[in-house]
Amino acid sequence: MALHSTVTENKIQYKFNDTNLERSEPNKFHARELRTEEMIINLGPQHPSTHGVLRLEVLSDGEVVKDVVPHIGYLHRCFEKHAENLPYNQIIPFVDRLDYVASMNNEHAYAMGVERMLGIREQIPKRVEYIRVLVAELNRIASHLIAIGTYGLDLGAFTPMFWAMRDREHILRMLEWTCGSRLLYNYIWIGGLFYDVPVGFEDRAKEFVDYFRPKLDELENILITNKIFIDRTAHVGVLPMDLAINCGVTGPMLRASGLRLDLRRVDAYSVYPELDFDIPIGEGKMGTLGDCWDRTWVRFQEMKESLKIIAQCVVKLKGDHARTRDFDPQALVPRKIRPKAQDFYIRAENPKGELGFFFRADGRNDFPFRCKVRSCCFSNLSVLQEISKGVLIADLIAIVGSIDMVMGEVDR
Amino acid sequence: MEQIITLIESIINESVKREVNCTPETVNLPAGVFVSVMEGLYQNPSTYFDQLSCITGIDNGPQANTMEVIYHLYSIPFNQSLAIKVVLPRDHATIDSISAIWKSADWLEREVYDMFGIHFNNHPDLRRILLPADWEGHPLRKDYQHQEAYRDIKVKL
Repeated sequence: MALHSTVTENKIQYKFNDTNLERSEPNKFHARELRTEEMIINLGPQHPSTHGVLRLEVLSDGEVVKDVVPHIGYLHRCFEKHAENLPYNQIIPFVDRLDYVASMNNEHAYAMGVERMLGIREQIPKRVEYIRVLVAELNRIASHLIAIGTYGLDLGAFTPMFWAMRDREHILRMLEWTCGSRLLYNYIWIGGLFYDVPVGFEDRAKEFVDYFRPKLDELENILITNKIFIDRTAHVGVLPMDLAINCGVTGPMLRASGLRLDLRRVDAYSVYPELDFDIPIGEGKMGTLGDCWDRTWVRFQEMKESLKIIAQCVVKLKGDHARTRDFDPQALVPRKIRPKAQDFYIRAENPKGELGFFFRADGRNDFPFRCKVRSCCFSNLSVLQEISKGVLIADLIAIVGSIDMVMGEVDR
Repeated sequence: MEQIITLIESIINESVKREVNCTPETVNLPAGVFVSVMEGLYQNPSTYFDQLSCITGIDNGPQANTMEVIYHLYSIPFNQSLAIKVVLPRDHATIDSISAIWKSADWLEREVYDMFGIHFNNHPDLRRILLPADWEGHPLRKDYQHQEAYRDIKVKL
Protein backbone atom coordinates (compact mmCIF):
# COMPACT_ATOMS: atom_id res chain seq x y z
CA MET A 1 0.00 0.00 0.00
CA ALA A 2 2.82 2.33 0.84
CA LEU A 3 4.29 1.79 -2.61
CA HIS A 4 0.94 2.42 -4.21
CA SER A 5 0.47 5.75 -2.47
CA THR A 6 3.86 7.06 -3.61
CA VAL A 7 3.04 5.98 -7.15
CA THR A 8 -0.24 7.88 -6.99
CA GLU A 9 1.54 11.02 -5.91
CA ASN A 10 4.28 10.94 -8.46
CA LYS A 11 3.44 8.85 -11.48
CA ILE A 12 -0.25 8.50 -12.18
CA GLN A 13 -1.53 11.71 -13.64
CA TYR A 14 -5.02 10.73 -14.59
CA LYS A 15 -7.51 8.72 -12.65
CA PHE A 16 -9.95 6.92 -14.91
CA ASN A 17 -13.58 7.25 -14.08
CA ASP A 18 -16.29 6.23 -16.49
CA THR A 19 -18.33 9.35 -15.74
CA ASN A 20 -15.48 11.64 -16.84
CA LEU A 21 -16.74 12.09 -20.38
CA GLU A 22 -20.28 12.70 -19.22
CA ARG A 23 -19.05 15.44 -16.93
CA SER A 24 -16.57 17.12 -19.24
CA GLU A 25 -18.31 16.95 -22.62
CA PRO A 26 -21.92 16.05 -21.92
CA ASN A 27 -24.06 15.03 -24.86
CA LYS A 28 -26.78 17.40 -25.89
CA PHE A 29 -29.18 14.53 -26.47
CA HIS A 30 -29.93 11.95 -23.85
CA ALA A 31 -30.78 8.37 -24.70
CA ARG A 32 -33.82 8.25 -22.44
CA GLU A 33 -35.47 11.20 -24.21
CA LEU A 34 -35.13 9.81 -27.71
CA ARG A 35 -37.83 8.27 -29.86
CA THR A 36 -37.64 4.56 -30.47
CA GLU A 37 -36.10 4.78 -33.92
CA GLU A 38 -33.51 7.37 -32.98
CA MET A 39 -29.96 6.61 -31.97
CA ILE A 40 -26.94 8.64 -30.90
CA ILE A 41 -23.76 7.89 -32.79
CA ASN A 42 -20.51 9.36 -31.62
CA LEU A 43 -18.02 10.29 -34.36
CA GLY A 44 -14.55 11.20 -33.29
CA PRO A 45 -12.58 12.83 -31.75
CA GLN A 46 -10.07 10.32 -33.05
CA HIS A 47 -11.85 9.32 -36.22
CA PRO A 48 -9.62 9.98 -39.25
CA SER A 49 -12.41 11.48 -41.33
CA THR A 50 -12.99 14.27 -38.82
CA HIS A 51 -9.67 15.90 -39.78
CA GLY A 52 -8.24 16.27 -36.34
CA VAL A 53 -9.90 16.18 -32.98
CA LEU A 54 -13.46 17.06 -33.84
CA ARG A 55 -16.16 15.14 -32.05
CA LEU A 56 -19.56 14.93 -33.69
CA GLU A 57 -22.59 13.78 -31.76
CA VAL A 58 -24.93 12.48 -34.44
CA LEU A 59 -28.59 11.87 -33.80
CA SER A 60 -29.55 9.38 -36.45
CA ASP A 61 -32.55 7.50 -37.66
CA GLY A 62 -31.06 4.50 -39.39
CA GLU A 63 -28.71 5.96 -41.97
CA VAL A 64 -30.29 9.41 -41.91
CA VAL A 65 -28.75 12.17 -39.86
CA LYS A 66 -31.43 14.02 -37.93
CA ASP A 67 -29.16 16.38 -36.06
CA VAL A 68 -25.46 16.78 -35.50
CA VAL A 69 -23.81 18.58 -32.60
CA PRO A 70 -20.11 19.36 -32.96
CA HIS A 71 -18.08 19.24 -29.75
CA ILE A 72 -14.86 21.19 -30.11
CA GLY A 73 -12.09 22.32 -27.83
CA TYR A 74 -9.89 19.23 -27.74
CA LEU A 75 -6.98 21.22 -29.19
CA HIS A 76 -7.47 24.37 -27.15
CA ARG A 77 -4.05 25.85 -26.41
CA CYS A 78 -5.03 29.15 -24.78
CA PHE A 79 -3.68 31.37 -27.55
CA GLU A 80 -5.52 34.43 -26.32
CA LYS A 81 -4.35 34.00 -22.74
CA HIS A 82 -0.77 33.49 -23.88
CA ALA A 83 -0.96 36.55 -26.10
CA GLU A 84 -1.85 38.76 -23.15
CA ASN A 85 1.47 37.92 -21.55
CA LEU A 86 3.83 38.16 -24.53
CA PRO A 87 5.38 41.01 -26.50
CA TYR A 88 3.96 41.46 -29.97
CA ASN A 89 6.92 39.93 -31.80
CA GLN A 90 6.96 36.84 -29.60
CA ILE A 91 3.33 36.09 -30.42
CA ILE A 92 4.24 35.27 -34.03
CA PRO A 93 5.28 31.63 -33.31
CA PHE A 94 1.94 31.14 -31.56
CA VAL A 95 0.15 32.63 -34.55
CA ASP A 96 1.87 30.01 -36.73
CA ARG A 97 0.21 27.30 -34.75
CA LEU A 98 -3.33 28.49 -35.33
CA ASP A 99 -3.85 27.21 -38.85
CA TYR A 100 -0.76 25.08 -38.96
CA VAL A 101 -1.01 24.16 -42.63
CA ALA A 102 -1.03 27.81 -43.71
CA SER A 103 1.33 29.48 -41.26
CA MET A 104 2.64 32.06 -43.70
CA ASN A 105 -0.85 33.43 -44.28
CA ASN A 106 -1.45 33.71 -40.55
CA GLU A 107 1.84 35.53 -40.03
CA HIS A 108 1.12 37.84 -42.92
CA ALA A 109 -2.21 38.89 -41.44
CA TYR A 110 -0.78 39.31 -37.96
CA ALA A 111 2.30 41.26 -39.02
CA MET A 112 0.16 43.50 -41.19
CA GLY A 113 -2.12 44.28 -38.27
CA VAL A 114 0.68 45.25 -35.91
CA GLU A 115 2.41 47.31 -38.61
CA ARG A 116 -0.74 49.28 -39.21
CA MET A 117 -1.12 49.87 -35.48
CA LEU A 118 2.43 51.18 -35.34
CA GLY A 119 1.87 53.30 -38.45
CA ILE A 120 4.82 51.86 -40.38
CA ARG A 121 2.65 50.29 -43.07
CA GLU A 122 3.75 52.72 -45.81
CA GLN A 123 7.46 52.28 -45.14
CA ILE A 124 7.65 48.53 -45.71
CA PRO A 125 9.82 47.97 -48.81
CA LYS A 126 8.07 46.60 -51.88
CA ARG A 127 10.49 43.70 -52.08
CA VAL A 128 9.51 42.59 -48.59
CA GLU A 129 5.84 42.75 -49.52
CA TYR A 130 6.37 40.77 -52.70
CA ILE A 131 8.29 38.08 -50.85
CA ARG A 132 5.51 37.92 -48.27
CA VAL A 133 2.88 37.48 -50.96
CA LEU A 134 5.01 34.91 -52.76
CA VAL A 135 5.48 32.69 -49.72
CA ALA A 136 1.88 33.18 -48.60
CA GLU A 137 0.55 32.08 -51.97
CA LEU A 138 2.87 29.07 -51.98
CA ASN A 139 1.47 28.17 -48.62
CA ARG A 140 -2.07 28.70 -49.85
CA ILE A 141 -1.44 26.07 -52.52
CA ALA A 142 0.00 23.71 -49.91
CA SER A 143 -3.08 24.21 -47.75
CA HIS A 144 -5.49 23.59 -50.61
CA LEU A 145 -3.53 20.48 -51.60
CA ILE A 146 -4.06 19.09 -48.11
CA ALA A 147 -7.74 19.97 -48.29
CA ILE A 148 -8.20 18.26 -51.63
CA GLY A 149 -5.96 15.27 -50.97
CA THR A 150 -7.56 14.37 -47.66
CA TYR A 151 -10.99 15.04 -49.08
CA GLY A 152 -10.34 12.47 -51.79
CA LEU A 153 -9.20 10.09 -49.09
CA ASP A 154 -12.44 10.62 -47.16
CA LEU A 155 -14.42 9.68 -50.23
CA GLY A 156 -12.32 6.63 -51.04
CA ALA A 157 -9.98 8.03 -53.70
CA PHE A 158 -6.52 6.99 -52.64
CA THR A 159 -4.25 8.15 -55.46
CA PRO A 160 -4.96 11.92 -55.38
CA MET A 161 -3.72 12.03 -51.78
CA PHE A 162 -0.28 10.81 -52.86
CA TRP A 163 -0.15 13.18 -55.80
CA ALA A 164 -1.17 16.10 -53.64
CA MET A 165 1.37 15.24 -50.96
CA ARG A 166 4.10 14.80 -53.55
CA ASP A 167 3.54 18.30 -54.92
CA ARG A 168 3.09 19.78 -51.47
CA GLU A 169 6.47 18.38 -50.58
CA HIS A 170 8.07 20.64 -53.21
CA ILE A 171 6.49 23.66 -51.57
CA LEU A 172 7.50 22.60 -48.08
CA ARG A 173 11.10 22.05 -49.20
CA MET A 174 11.18 25.48 -50.79
CA LEU A 175 9.84 27.08 -47.64
CA GLU A 176 12.28 25.05 -45.56
CA TRP A 177 15.05 26.39 -47.73
CA THR A 178 13.81 29.90 -47.03
CA CYS A 179 13.46 29.82 -43.29
CA GLY A 180 14.63 26.50 -41.93
CA SER A 181 11.40 24.84 -40.94
CA ARG A 182 8.81 22.96 -42.88
CA LEU A 183 5.53 23.89 -41.27
CA LEU A 184 5.82 26.57 -38.59
CA TYR A 185 7.96 29.24 -40.11
CA ASN A 186 8.24 32.39 -37.96
CA TYR A 187 9.44 33.98 -41.18
CA ILE A 188 7.34 37.11 -41.59
CA TRP A 189 8.29 39.53 -38.86
CA ILE A 190 6.71 42.78 -37.82
CA GLY A 191 8.29 45.34 -40.10
CA GLY A 192 10.09 42.92 -42.35
CA LEU A 193 11.25 39.38 -42.76
CA PHE A 194 13.47 37.03 -40.84
CA TYR A 195 15.79 36.86 -43.83
CA ASP A 196 15.82 37.57 -47.53
CA VAL A 197 14.89 34.62 -49.73
CA PRO A 198 17.91 32.46 -50.60
CA VAL A 199 19.78 33.11 -53.84
CA GLY A 200 18.06 31.22 -56.63
CA PHE A 201 14.71 31.00 -54.86
CA GLU A 202 12.96 33.02 -57.56
CA ASP A 203 14.15 30.63 -60.28
CA ARG A 204 13.06 27.66 -58.22
CA ALA A 205 9.64 29.22 -57.69
CA LYS A 206 9.30 29.76 -61.45
CA GLU A 207 10.35 26.17 -62.02
CA PHE A 208 7.72 25.03 -59.57
CA VAL A 209 5.00 27.00 -61.34
CA ASP A 210 5.91 25.43 -64.67
CA TYR A 211 6.07 21.98 -63.11
CA PHE A 212 2.87 22.30 -61.13
CA ARG A 213 0.49 23.63 -63.81
CA PRO A 214 0.16 20.34 -65.74
CA LYS A 215 0.21 18.34 -62.49
CA LEU A 216 -2.72 20.38 -61.25
CA ASP A 217 -4.71 19.62 -64.38
CA GLU A 218 -3.85 15.98 -63.95
CA LEU A 219 -5.05 16.05 -60.35
CA GLU A 220 -8.23 17.81 -61.40
CA ASN A 221 -8.85 15.21 -64.08
CA ILE A 222 -8.38 12.23 -61.83
CA LEU A 223 -10.35 13.58 -58.90
CA ILE A 224 -13.19 15.96 -59.52
CA THR A 225 -14.34 14.81 -62.93
CA ASN A 226 -14.46 11.25 -61.67
CA LYS A 227 -17.92 9.70 -61.76
CA ILE A 228 -17.72 8.32 -58.23
CA PHE A 229 -16.53 11.65 -56.86
CA ILE A 230 -19.34 13.51 -58.57
CA ASP A 231 -21.89 11.04 -57.27
CA ARG A 232 -20.61 11.48 -53.74
CA THR A 233 -20.40 15.30 -53.76
CA ALA A 234 -22.85 16.82 -56.23
CA HIS A 235 -26.13 17.97 -54.62
CA VAL A 236 -24.64 17.11 -51.22
CA GLY A 237 -24.33 19.65 -48.43
CA VAL A 238 -25.83 22.52 -50.38
CA LEU A 239 -25.10 25.82 -48.67
CA PRO A 240 -27.26 28.67 -49.99
CA MET A 241 -25.61 32.05 -50.17
CA ASP A 242 -27.90 33.84 -47.71
CA LEU A 243 -27.39 31.15 -45.08
CA ALA A 244 -23.64 31.27 -45.68
CA ILE A 245 -23.49 35.03 -45.11
CA ASN A 246 -25.75 34.85 -42.08
CA CYS A 247 -23.62 32.14 -40.52
CA GLY A 248 -20.42 34.10 -41.03
CA VAL A 249 -18.99 31.66 -43.55
CA THR A 250 -16.08 33.08 -45.54
CA GLY A 251 -13.39 32.02 -47.96
CA PRO A 252 -13.75 29.28 -50.58
CA MET A 253 -16.93 28.04 -48.94
CA LEU A 254 -18.65 31.39 -49.42
CA ARG A 255 -17.32 31.76 -52.95
CA ALA A 256 -18.55 28.28 -53.81
CA SER A 257 -22.01 29.49 -52.83
CA GLY A 258 -21.76 32.08 -55.55
CA LEU A 259 -20.57 35.28 -53.90
CA ARG A 260 -17.52 36.94 -55.41
CA LEU A 261 -15.95 38.17 -52.20
CA ASP A 262 -12.22 37.99 -51.73
CA LEU A 263 -10.59 40.18 -49.11
CA ARG A 264 -7.42 40.34 -51.19
CA ARG A 265 -9.49 42.36 -53.63
CA VAL A 266 -11.93 44.05 -51.28
CA ASP A 267 -9.42 45.29 -48.70
CA ALA A 268 -6.60 45.54 -51.26
CA TYR A 269 -3.93 44.91 -48.67
CA SER A 270 -0.23 44.33 -49.26
CA VAL A 271 0.65 44.33 -52.99
CA TYR A 272 -2.46 42.48 -54.15
CA PRO A 273 -3.85 45.53 -56.03
CA GLU A 274 -0.78 45.40 -58.29
CA LEU A 275 -1.31 41.75 -59.13
CA ASP A 276 -3.65 40.33 -61.69
CA PHE A 277 -5.80 37.41 -60.59
CA ASP A 278 -9.38 36.27 -60.87
CA ILE A 279 -11.76 35.30 -58.10
CA PRO A 280 -13.36 31.97 -59.00
CA ILE A 281 -16.89 31.36 -57.74
CA GLY A 282 -19.02 28.26 -57.71
CA GLU A 283 -21.25 27.73 -60.70
CA GLY A 284 -23.09 24.57 -59.82
CA LYS A 285 -21.58 22.77 -62.79
CA MET A 286 -22.20 19.25 -61.62
CA GLY A 287 -25.08 19.77 -59.23
CA THR A 288 -26.56 22.55 -57.15
CA LEU A 289 -24.79 25.83 -56.52
CA GLY A 290 -22.89 25.63 -53.24
CA ASP A 291 -22.59 21.87 -52.93
CA CYS A 292 -19.50 19.94 -51.91
CA TRP A 293 -18.37 19.55 -55.51
CA ASP A 294 -18.41 23.31 -56.02
CA ARG A 295 -16.29 23.86 -52.93
CA THR A 296 -13.64 21.46 -54.20
CA TRP A 297 -13.76 22.97 -57.65
CA VAL A 298 -13.29 26.49 -56.25
CA ARG A 299 -10.20 25.30 -54.37
CA PHE A 300 -8.76 23.93 -57.60
CA GLN A 301 -9.38 27.20 -59.42
CA GLU A 302 -7.88 29.17 -56.54
CA MET A 303 -4.68 27.18 -56.80
CA LYS A 304 -4.45 28.16 -60.44
CA GLU A 305 -4.92 31.82 -59.49
CA SER A 306 -2.23 31.45 -56.83
CA LEU A 307 0.12 30.09 -59.47
CA LYS A 308 -0.58 33.21 -61.53
CA ILE A 309 0.22 35.41 -58.55
CA ILE A 310 3.44 33.51 -57.85
CA ALA A 311 4.58 33.90 -61.46
CA GLN A 312 3.96 37.66 -61.30
CA CYS A 313 5.77 37.96 -57.97
CA VAL A 314 8.77 36.16 -59.41
CA VAL A 315 8.89 38.58 -62.34
CA LYS A 316 8.76 41.55 -59.95
CA LEU A 317 11.37 40.06 -57.62
CA LYS A 318 13.76 39.56 -60.51
CA GLY A 319 12.93 42.88 -62.19
CA ASP A 320 11.76 46.02 -60.41
CA HIS A 321 12.47 44.83 -56.91
CA ALA A 322 15.50 42.69 -57.53
CA ARG A 323 17.93 41.69 -54.82
CA THR A 324 20.53 44.30 -53.99
CA ARG A 325 23.67 43.94 -51.94
CA ASP A 326 22.59 46.38 -49.25
CA PHE A 327 19.01 45.18 -48.91
CA ASP A 328 18.22 44.36 -45.31
CA PRO A 329 14.77 42.86 -44.71
CA GLN A 330 15.18 43.44 -40.98
CA ALA A 331 15.98 47.15 -41.35
CA LEU A 332 12.51 48.28 -40.28
CA VAL A 333 11.92 45.68 -37.60
CA PRO A 334 11.23 47.78 -34.51
CA ARG A 335 13.41 47.11 -31.50
CA LYS A 336 10.54 47.90 -29.17
CA ILE A 337 6.95 47.43 -30.23
CA ARG A 338 4.60 49.66 -28.31
CA PRO A 339 1.59 50.87 -30.31
CA LYS A 340 -0.35 53.82 -28.98
CA ALA A 341 -3.61 53.16 -27.20
CA GLN A 342 -6.20 51.94 -29.68
CA ASP A 343 -8.58 49.21 -30.75
CA PHE A 344 -7.69 47.61 -34.03
CA TYR A 345 -9.31 44.93 -36.13
CA ILE A 346 -7.40 43.55 -39.10
CA ARG A 347 -8.65 40.87 -41.42
CA ALA A 348 -7.03 39.03 -44.27
CA GLU A 349 -7.88 36.28 -46.70
CA ASN A 350 -6.54 32.97 -45.50
CA PRO A 351 -6.86 29.77 -47.55
CA LYS A 352 -9.88 28.92 -45.43
CA GLY A 353 -11.53 32.29 -45.09
CA GLU A 354 -11.37 35.56 -43.26
CA LEU A 355 -8.76 35.50 -40.52
CA GLY A 356 -9.19 38.47 -38.23
CA PHE A 357 -7.15 39.77 -35.35
CA PHE A 358 -8.58 42.16 -32.82
CA PHE A 359 -6.03 44.06 -30.76
CA ARG A 360 -6.49 46.38 -27.87
CA ALA A 361 -3.32 48.24 -27.03
CA ASP A 362 -3.28 50.34 -23.88
CA GLY A 363 -0.23 52.38 -24.89
CA ARG A 364 1.68 51.58 -21.69
CA ASN A 365 2.73 48.01 -22.34
CA ASP A 366 4.63 45.97 -24.89
CA PHE A 367 1.93 43.33 -24.57
CA PRO A 368 -1.48 43.57 -26.14
CA PHE A 369 -4.16 44.16 -23.53
CA ARG A 370 -6.33 41.79 -25.53
CA CYS A 371 -5.64 39.86 -28.70
CA LYS A 372 -8.60 38.02 -30.14
CA VAL A 373 -8.57 35.77 -33.16
CA ARG A 374 -11.52 35.73 -35.47
CA SER A 375 -11.06 32.23 -36.76
CA CYS A 376 -12.40 31.34 -40.17
CA CYS A 377 -12.61 27.60 -39.52
CA PHE A 378 -14.58 28.23 -36.33
CA SER A 379 -17.29 30.12 -38.18
CA ASN A 380 -17.21 27.77 -41.15
CA LEU A 381 -17.65 24.76 -38.89
CA SER A 382 -20.64 26.33 -37.14
CA VAL A 383 -22.63 25.97 -40.35
CA LEU A 384 -22.28 22.17 -40.26
CA GLN A 385 -25.37 21.71 -38.13
CA GLU A 386 -27.45 23.74 -40.58
CA ILE A 387 -26.46 21.94 -43.76
CA SER A 388 -26.32 18.36 -42.58
CA LYS A 389 -29.85 17.79 -41.39
CA GLY A 390 -31.50 14.97 -43.28
CA VAL A 391 -28.41 13.75 -45.10
CA LEU A 392 -26.99 10.24 -44.95
CA ILE A 393 -24.14 9.48 -42.57
CA ALA A 394 -21.80 8.86 -45.50
CA ASP A 395 -22.70 12.30 -46.82
CA LEU A 396 -21.97 13.81 -43.43
CA ILE A 397 -18.36 12.71 -43.90
CA ALA A 398 -18.36 14.34 -47.32
CA ILE A 399 -19.69 17.59 -45.86
CA VAL A 400 -17.21 17.68 -42.99
CA GLY A 401 -14.37 17.11 -45.43
CA SER A 402 -15.54 19.84 -47.78
CA ILE A 403 -15.58 22.42 -44.97
CA ASP A 404 -11.81 21.97 -44.74
CA MET A 405 -11.28 23.03 -41.17
CA VAL A 406 -8.05 22.75 -39.27
CA MET A 407 -8.78 22.06 -35.64
CA GLY A 408 -5.77 24.10 -34.58
CA GLU A 409 -7.62 27.17 -35.72
CA VAL A 410 -11.06 26.13 -34.55
CA ASP A 411 -9.86 25.60 -30.99
CA ARG A 412 -6.96 28.05 -30.89
CA MET B 1 -20.51 56.73 -41.76
CA GLU B 2 -22.46 59.83 -40.74
CA GLN B 3 -25.54 58.19 -42.25
CA ILE B 4 -25.10 55.19 -40.00
CA ILE B 5 -24.71 57.37 -36.91
CA THR B 6 -27.87 59.26 -37.83
CA LEU B 7 -29.71 55.99 -38.31
CA ILE B 8 -28.59 54.69 -34.91
CA GLU B 9 -29.58 57.97 -33.26
CA SER B 10 -33.00 57.83 -34.87
CA ILE B 11 -33.50 54.33 -33.47
CA ILE B 12 -32.56 55.09 -29.88
CA ASN B 13 -33.63 58.78 -29.81
CA GLU B 14 -30.46 60.06 -28.20
CA SER B 15 -26.96 60.94 -29.31
CA VAL B 16 -24.45 58.12 -29.46
CA LYS B 17 -20.87 58.12 -28.31
CA ARG B 18 -18.20 57.47 -30.94
CA GLU B 19 -14.96 56.01 -29.69
CA VAL B 20 -11.63 57.56 -30.63
CA ASN B 21 -8.62 55.69 -32.02
CA CYS B 22 -10.59 52.72 -33.18
CA THR B 23 -10.38 50.87 -36.47
CA PRO B 24 -13.02 50.31 -37.79
CA GLU B 25 -15.24 53.10 -36.44
CA THR B 26 -16.68 52.10 -33.10
CA VAL B 27 -19.96 53.19 -31.59
CA ASN B 28 -20.63 52.84 -27.90
CA LEU B 29 -24.16 51.73 -27.06
CA PRO B 30 -25.97 51.06 -23.78
CA ALA B 31 -26.89 47.42 -23.23
CA GLY B 32 -30.61 48.12 -23.06
CA VAL B 33 -31.11 49.41 -26.59
CA PHE B 34 -28.42 47.61 -28.46
CA VAL B 35 -30.51 44.74 -29.81
CA SER B 36 -32.96 47.12 -31.47
CA VAL B 37 -30.02 48.98 -33.04
CA MET B 38 -28.56 45.72 -34.31
CA GLU B 39 -31.89 44.79 -35.85
CA GLY B 40 -32.09 48.20 -37.47
CA LEU B 41 -28.57 47.95 -38.88
CA TYR B 42 -29.33 44.50 -40.23
CA GLN B 43 -32.66 45.31 -41.82
CA ASN B 44 -32.26 48.86 -43.03
CA PRO B 45 -31.57 48.79 -46.79
CA SER B 46 -29.19 51.73 -46.57
CA THR B 47 -26.84 49.97 -44.14
CA TYR B 48 -27.50 46.26 -44.61
CA PHE B 49 -24.90 44.84 -42.27
CA ASP B 50 -25.37 41.26 -43.36
CA GLN B 51 -22.27 39.73 -41.81
CA LEU B 52 -21.31 39.54 -38.17
CA SER B 53 -17.60 38.81 -38.30
CA CYS B 54 -16.48 38.71 -34.74
CA ILE B 55 -17.58 39.08 -31.15
CA THR B 56 -14.85 40.02 -28.71
CA GLY B 57 -15.14 40.03 -24.98
CA ILE B 58 -12.82 42.18 -22.92
CA ASP B 59 -12.36 42.28 -19.18
CA ASN B 60 -11.02 45.60 -17.97
CA GLY B 61 -10.05 44.19 -14.62
CA PRO B 62 -11.40 44.57 -11.08
CA GLN B 63 -10.24 48.19 -10.78
CA ALA B 64 -12.16 49.53 -13.74
CA ASN B 65 -14.92 47.06 -12.81
CA THR B 66 -16.28 46.87 -16.36
CA MET B 67 -16.46 44.33 -19.12
CA GLU B 68 -16.93 45.02 -22.78
CA VAL B 69 -18.40 43.13 -25.68
CA ILE B 70 -17.39 44.34 -29.13
CA TYR B 71 -19.28 43.29 -32.25
CA HIS B 72 -17.63 43.64 -35.64
CA LEU B 73 -20.13 44.03 -38.44
CA TYR B 74 -19.48 44.07 -42.14
CA SER B 75 -21.80 45.07 -44.94
CA ILE B 76 -20.88 43.14 -48.08
CA PRO B 77 -22.83 45.25 -50.63
CA PHE B 78 -21.59 48.60 -49.24
CA ASN B 79 -18.13 47.37 -48.22
CA GLN B 80 -18.54 49.05 -44.85
CA SER B 81 -17.23 47.91 -41.50
CA LEU B 82 -18.56 48.98 -38.15
CA ALA B 83 -17.88 47.98 -34.58
CA ILE B 84 -20.44 48.20 -31.81
CA LYS B 85 -19.19 48.32 -28.26
CA VAL B 86 -21.28 47.59 -25.20
CA VAL B 87 -19.88 48.19 -21.73
CA LEU B 88 -21.23 46.01 -18.94
CA PRO B 89 -20.79 46.10 -15.17
CA ARG B 90 -18.42 43.41 -14.06
CA ASP B 91 -20.50 41.97 -11.24
CA HIS B 92 -23.63 41.66 -13.37
CA ALA B 93 -22.36 40.95 -16.88
CA THR B 94 -25.51 40.14 -18.79
CA ILE B 95 -26.43 41.08 -22.32
CA ASP B 96 -29.10 40.09 -24.80
CA SER B 97 -28.22 37.56 -27.44
CA ILE B 98 -28.33 38.52 -31.10
CA SER B 99 -28.23 34.97 -32.42
CA ALA B 100 -31.77 35.44 -33.72
CA ILE B 101 -30.42 38.06 -36.16
CA TRP B 102 -27.11 36.52 -37.16
CA LYS B 103 -26.67 32.78 -36.79
CA SER B 104 -22.92 33.24 -36.55
CA ALA B 105 -23.50 34.86 -33.15
CA ASP B 106 -24.47 31.47 -31.74
CA TRP B 107 -20.98 30.03 -31.41
CA LEU B 108 -19.25 33.37 -30.99
CA GLU B 109 -21.42 34.21 -27.98
CA ARG B 110 -20.81 30.76 -26.54
CA GLU B 111 -17.10 31.41 -26.77
CA VAL B 112 -17.41 34.76 -24.97
CA TYR B 113 -19.50 33.08 -22.29
CA ASP B 114 -16.90 30.35 -21.96
CA MET B 115 -13.96 32.71 -21.62
CA PHE B 116 -15.51 35.59 -19.66
CA GLY B 117 -18.67 34.32 -18.02
CA ILE B 118 -20.76 36.99 -19.70
CA HIS B 119 -24.31 35.71 -19.79
CA PHE B 120 -26.32 36.06 -23.00
CA ASN B 121 -30.08 36.24 -22.48
CA ASN B 122 -32.27 34.29 -24.89
CA HIS B 123 -29.38 32.33 -26.32
CA PRO B 124 -30.70 29.01 -27.66
CA ASP B 125 -27.89 26.84 -26.34
CA LEU B 126 -25.53 28.58 -23.95
CA ARG B 127 -22.97 25.92 -23.04
CA ARG B 128 -19.22 26.04 -22.76
CA ILE B 129 -17.68 25.52 -26.16
CA LEU B 130 -13.91 25.26 -25.89
CA LEU B 131 -13.33 24.26 -22.29
CA PRO B 132 -14.73 21.14 -20.60
CA ALA B 133 -18.14 21.61 -19.04
CA ASP B 134 -16.80 21.05 -15.52
CA TRP B 135 -13.92 23.52 -15.77
CA GLU B 136 -13.90 26.06 -12.95
CA GLY B 137 -13.84 29.76 -13.72
CA HIS B 138 -13.56 31.80 -16.88
CA PRO B 139 -9.91 32.02 -17.92
CA LEU B 140 -9.72 35.34 -19.75
CA ARG B 141 -11.00 37.31 -16.78
CA LYS B 142 -8.17 39.35 -15.36
CA ASP B 143 -8.65 38.01 -11.84
CA TYR B 144 -8.81 34.37 -12.95
CA GLN B 145 -7.31 31.87 -10.56
CA HIS B 146 -6.72 28.52 -12.17
CA GLN B 147 -7.76 25.44 -10.29
CA GLU B 148 -5.07 23.32 -8.66
CA ALA B 149 -5.83 20.13 -10.50
CA TYR B 150 -8.27 18.90 -13.09
CA ARG B 151 -8.95 15.15 -12.76
CA ASP B 152 -5.67 14.75 -10.87
CA ILE B 153 -3.79 16.45 -13.67
CA LYS B 154 -1.86 19.38 -12.30
CA VAL B 155 -3.03 22.51 -14.10
CA LYS B 156 0.18 24.46 -13.67
CA LEU B 157 3.49 22.68 -13.29
